[in-house]
Formats: sequence, C-alpha cells, structure tokens
Amino acid sequence: MTNKHVGERRVDEPTGTETVGHEWDGIEELDTPMPRWWLIAFYISILWAAAYVVLYPAWPLVSQATEGVLGWSSRAQLAEEIAKADESKAAVLAALADVPIERLPEDSDLMRQAVAGGRAAFKVNCVQCHGAGAAGGNGYPNLNDDDWLWGGDLQAIEATIIAGIRQPGNEQTRVSQMPGFGGGLLTPEEIGQVADHVLSLSGKSRPNPRGAELFATNCAVCHGDNGRGKREVGAPNLADAIWLYGGKKEDVVKQITSPRHGAMPAWHGRLDPVTIKMLAAYVHSLGGGEDLVEVATGAAAKSDDES
Amino acid sequence: MTSHSPILPEERPRASLYEKRRGVYPQKIDGRFRRLKWLVMLVTLGIYYGVPWIRWDRGPYAPDQAVLIDLAGRRFYMFGIEIWPHEFYFVAGLLIMAGIGLFLVTSAVGRAWCGYSCPQTVWTDLFQHIDRFVDGDRNAQVRLAKAPWGPKKIFKRALKWSIYLLVGFWTGGAWIMYFADAPTLVRDFWSGEAAPVAYITVAILTATTVTLGGFMREQVCIYMCPWPRIQSAMMDEKSLTVTYKHWRGEPRGSLKQSKAKPDLFGACIDCNQCVAVCPTGIDIREGPQIGCITCALCIDACDRVMAEIGRPRGLIDYATLEDCEREQAGEAPRPAWKTLLRPRTIIYSLVWLGVGLGLLFALGARTHVGISVAQDRNPPFMLMSDGSVRNAYTVNLRNMQSRPRQMQLKLEGLPGAVMWTDEMRRDDAVRELVRSAPADSVETLRVYVVAEPGTDEQEFAFTVTTLGDQPETDTSEARFAAPEE
Repeated sequence: MTNKHVGERRVDEPTGTETVGHEWDGIEELDTPMPRWWLIAFYISILWAAAYVVLYPAWPLVSQATEGVLGWSSRAQLAEEIAKADESKAAVLAALADVPIERLPEDSDLMRQAVAGGRAAFKVNCVQCHGAGAAGGNGYPNLNDDDWLWGGDLQAIEATIIAGIRQPGNEQTRVSQMPGFGGGLLTPEEIGQVADHVLSLSGKSRPNPRGAELFATNCAVCHGDNGRGKREVGAPNLADAIWLYGGKKEDVVKQITSPRHGAMPAWHGRLDPVTIKMLAAYVHSLGGGEDLVEVATGAAAKSDDES
Repeated sequence: MTSHSPILPEERPRASLYEKRRGVYPQKIDGRFRRLKWLVMLVTLGIYYGVPWIRWDRGPYAPDQAVLIDLAGRRFYMFGIEIWPHEFYFVAGLLIMAGIGLFLVTSAVGRAWCGYSCPQTVWTDLFQHIDRFVDGDRNAQVRLAKAPWGPKKIFKRALKWSIYLLVGFWTGGAWIMYFADAPTLVRDFWSGEAAPVAYITVAILTATTVTLGGFMREQVCIYMCPWPRIQSAMMDEKSLTVTYKHWRGEPRGSLKQSKAKPDLFGACIDCNQCVAVCPTGIDIREGPQIGCITCALCIDACDRVMAEIGRPRGLIDYATLEDCEREQAGEAPRPAWKTLLRPRTIIYSLVWLGVGLGLLFALGARTHVGISVAQDRNPPFMLMSDGSVRNAYTVNLRNMQSRPRQMQLKLEGLPGAVMWTDEMRRDDAVRELVRSAPADSVETLRVYVVAEPGTDEQEFAFTVTTLGDQPETDTSEARFAAPEE
C-alpha cells in the first residue's frame, strides 16, 4: 500500500491486527480484513449490474437509451397491461352493448359497472365544460341537480349525448332558439318588466302585472303559461331556483335582450355506443336522475341544462 | 491502544484485504445453560411451527385459524382479537413493547436475546446439531473439513446439505401458514394450486434459512446485524455479561504446572474447552467482544472442567462489570435483586407495562361498529330546483363483528333535513334509515342530505347504531355546506 503513514503502521497487541496508521485523538483504525463472502457478494453485484446493462435499457444516448437485448420497455409493458385490462372488461362491455339503456337499472351489478366506466369516460370527455364534479358553471349545465332542459331519464340523457345540442348538420341534434327581444321586439323597459315577472315566479321579485302580460304574449308559447318550461323544445323552467346564465335581474335582462345558446358536441361517432351508455348511466347516477316514464313519448325529452 | 507495540517493519508481508471465514466447529457440551438453550429452542421453534395449526372458532363468517394475517382481506386475527387496518396502532403498540422489552432485557441481562432467542441463534444452533449428527463432534468435523473430497465426504456433505434444505424448506413452509388457512394451504401447496407467492416465499425463505443458518452463522452476528452495536451502547456497568475472571484465571498454566507450582498460576488450566464449545468461535478470555452472543456455553464447559479438577466453578460466569470490580477488590458481589432493580430497569418496565396496559384498555374499550363520512368536495353543495340545498356524502359503515347486523343510520342536528341513498328515491327520503351490514365488512353508502331552502352552513353528525343484542353506536361529525347568500 502506498500510504505515506506506512511507517506508523504497527500491530495492535490485543487484537493482533495491523493498524492502517490513521489516528484521531489516540483512537486508531484497525486494518481488519473484510470477510471473503462480502467480496464475493460484491463481485456478484458487479456481474448483476453488467448483465442488467446488457439485458435492459441502460445507457442514455442522444435521442433514446440503449434498448437492451431483452427488448423490454416500460411503454410496451404498459400497453400489455392495458390490453390485459381491456380483455378483462370485455365481458362487461359486451353485456352493456346488448342491454338497451332503459333495461340497465334492472341489473344493479351491470349498472354499477356502467357508472364506474362512465365516471372514467366523463373525466376524459366531459369535464372540459361540465367540470370535474359535473357541477358545470355559467352557461354549462350542472349535471348533479334535478333540473333538466331536455329530460333527465336514462334514455333522454343518452339521446342528448348521442346527438349533442345545436350541432349543425346533425338531424337528431337538440335544437331550440330563443329570439333576441332586444332587437326591437321589446323596449328595454318592457324587457325589465318581463324580467321582474320571471324572477317573481320563484319569489325573487315582486309580481309585475305588465311583465306578466308581456310574458303571456311573447314567452309563454315556449316557456309555458306558468313559466315552467317545455322540455320538448328545451325551454328552461323559469320558476325554479336554478339559472344557467345567472339569476340576478341583470342576468335575466341580458338573456332576454340577446340570448346565449350553449352547444354540445354530438358524441355519436366520437365515442362508441357502450361508452355513451356508460356516460348516460354515470350522469344519471349523480343524484338528479329521473325515472323513466312508462308511456314513452316517442323521441323522448333530452339533455340536462338549466335556464 | 498500547503505544509500546512494535512498529511494523516495511518488509513485513501484508495480510490479505479479504479473509476467508474460519470454520467454527463447536463441541458438544452439557450443562445448565445448554439445557436452558434446549428449552428456549423447543419453545420458540414450537411456537413458530405450531401456532398456525391452532384452531379458534369464530363462527361461520370468519376463519377458524387462531393466528392469521389475512393480507388479501386486510385482517389480522390473533385468538380472540381481530385487527382491522385502521386499528394498526395495536400492532404498532406491540412492536413498541417488543422494542422496549429488548431494551429492558439488555439493560438487565445483557445480550440474552442474542444468546438464546434470536432466530439467527436458534437456527444456527439447530444447524450445528445437524452438523454433529451427520459429521460427528468437533474433532471429526475438523478432520472431515480438512479431508480431500472422496466418496465418504461427498456422501456426508450431500446428506448434511439435504437436511439443511429440508429444515430450510420446513421453515419457509411454516412461514406461509401464517398468511392463509394452514390445512387448506398445505393441500393446495402440494397439489400445485397455491398462489405463486406461496411458492416464491417458500423458495426465498428456504434459501435464506440455509444460507444464514447453514453457512453464514456467526458472520451474520459479527458483520451484518445492527443489534450487537446497539446493544453494546445500551449495556452499562450493571448489565450481566459473560465474563472470564482473569484475576482468578491468570496466569494460565497447564494442570501439571499449576499443581507443581500453585503459587505461580491462576485457576485457568488453558484447556481451551471454552473456545471449543463457542458457537461463534471466539476466545472469551480475550474479554468482552462483538462476537460474544452470551450464550453461556463456555460457562458450562469451564464449570465442568473446574468440577473435574476440583476447583470452584465460575471462572467464566455471568457477572456485571461492577461486581467484577468489587470481586477484584475483595468485596462481596451485590445481591442480584439490587443489580436487577435499579432506576433504569424499573423505568423500562414501567414504560413497557404502561404501553401494555394502554393497549389492553384500548382493546377492551373498542367498539365493533364504526362510521366514517367523507363529504363530496366538488361540488361542495348542490342547489336543487326547488331551492333546497343538497350535500353528498360517502358513508362507510363498519361491521366489525363476525355476524351480519342491522344498522340504523341517523341524522343528528340539521333540523328539517332528510337523507336518501342512491338506492332510494328522493321521495322516500328519511331522517333515519336501516341497512343490513354483512358480517365483518364495510358497507359503503352514497348518502344525499337535502335541507330546506335558506339553511346555513353548519355542523351536524351521522350516528350509526346496531340493532339487536349488544347494541353499539358510533358517531361521525360532518359539515353541511350551503350557498353564501
């Protein structure tokens, strides 16, 4: 050993071991030999590392790492695991494809699976507008409550997802158009009176007789005499506590003067029917879902939404 | 160290940096500590191999194995006690007691854990008995180790290592019995139907048992185990340790010499019996050292020799550092109770006892019903079309008894509010509802609570009460969120 303290090395009497010549405050370091098995274990771990470098991706190069002779990659492993997961879901998905949505609640286990699948699909496709908790926002309907623009039973929700809302070129899409009353149909004063009447329907304002008159003439055809809306035309219920574009008077005035109309993509063709079914089940499960009415009204009422 | 030792001459050949393990071939010995070791070995191995086979009737809904760690089911069964994951502090408490117990034992009787009940010691002891069974006693073992490979040696080694493997396999096999129903697992294991993890665990434990117990042995204690280091820091001048009483024994001389000139020699006749029987291959006469696990077999060996030559026993003996000094000064040793009862051991005992009593109290006071409530955060509340406010909660009802029970869930506070679950219609909303909870399981409910328009944000509580005999109850505080206006 080329140690400059080499001259100071000596044999420690009680142990019979050499010292290495280092000393700190009278405490000296003994040169106790390592056990041989330790050395063997060390060589084994070097061999292990060498084998690992050859077998697995190891050396980082400019654009990617060395590939390793086993050809393993985390991406391929993930793909394999996803494929395996898809395979394990195949039976449930097939069952979901077979069952018409109105029969889905009869099989509570399948329903649970559908809700779980819908929850995952919702996070990918729907949260951008409706929010992670499906609580919506100004102009984007809240899907948790019991107020539905186009109907809140399973069939209606599914129909809304399939065809979307106000999608040009889609014949099935749900369309409604409220005229802007600010373009000369009503004066700003009259619009204010109508707004007062509308707010009075839910007790947020005092009754306004002139407004009620104007409402009967201009609005009742879609929103109904009592302002409770008509789902066939997607006219919102104005007598409840829920407002899609805000429930203050200026919000209501703004909406009467020049209405905004939300749009929702038609998901048919973008998502497969089973995913749409699962999404409908999930949205229905959020706490405001309505029961199916036995006397089906043909092209049933549709989407959720508030006014 | 001693500054007068000789400076190494430059030309002195250096020892290798790495040293081959020196074989340890402990000689057979009998004596009171050997018999104590036999007893401890019998008890510890008996517990280890036997406990999974004890049955314990828990009714039709729970396993009938007395000690079972059901990882898949997240349950730990120990005789009459069943621990759920959220009660893991019981296990933590037991581990704390084990830790303090080690402190207590170390401060009172030194490395008794190392010498008698450490698994490494017990299994090493077992393997050394196998060595003696196959190869014969110390001298025969040394001879065989030195002998060239021939049919006899090959046969003996093959036989010995097969027994090693068998013991290792049995050790691993016993381990997995703690994690599944033992009789079923044995059947599945041999018919190839057990889970892969069972075979893998047995393979790994067979390998570690054979390696650590069959080949590494004292190397584990000397190089790998942290406990000897911790223990040397924990021992004090009142801790018992195996001591060679050099003031009695030195200078050594053979029996013949010391008989001829009794004035010149001490009691030690340098017969090397203490070295021959040592399972870690050390010479206790060099003083306390990390390799000494205080198994006390050298005491047995020395006592026997002293008895044979008619000298008083205890040249090597358990002694405290303090007593050694007193003995050298010619004073009588302190009584054992004075050594054992001292503030340190008393405090350890009290802490140990305190933790134990606390655990027992908690165990006795715990209920077998539980409720936990998680409120939906997004959205925190929901305005309904009639102006009422709805909050959503995920409620977990824990039925920790191994029988199905009816559970009544009740709203406490929040006047006028009602609740329903996602399996009910809102029209059927109530303030208390009854659900049946299966035995030994958690029932998860999605609960909607709706309060009248204008309800302010406030605290309330969910209460669960079991119906039927031995009703139990648990409450969880919850918050009802509402719009600000």
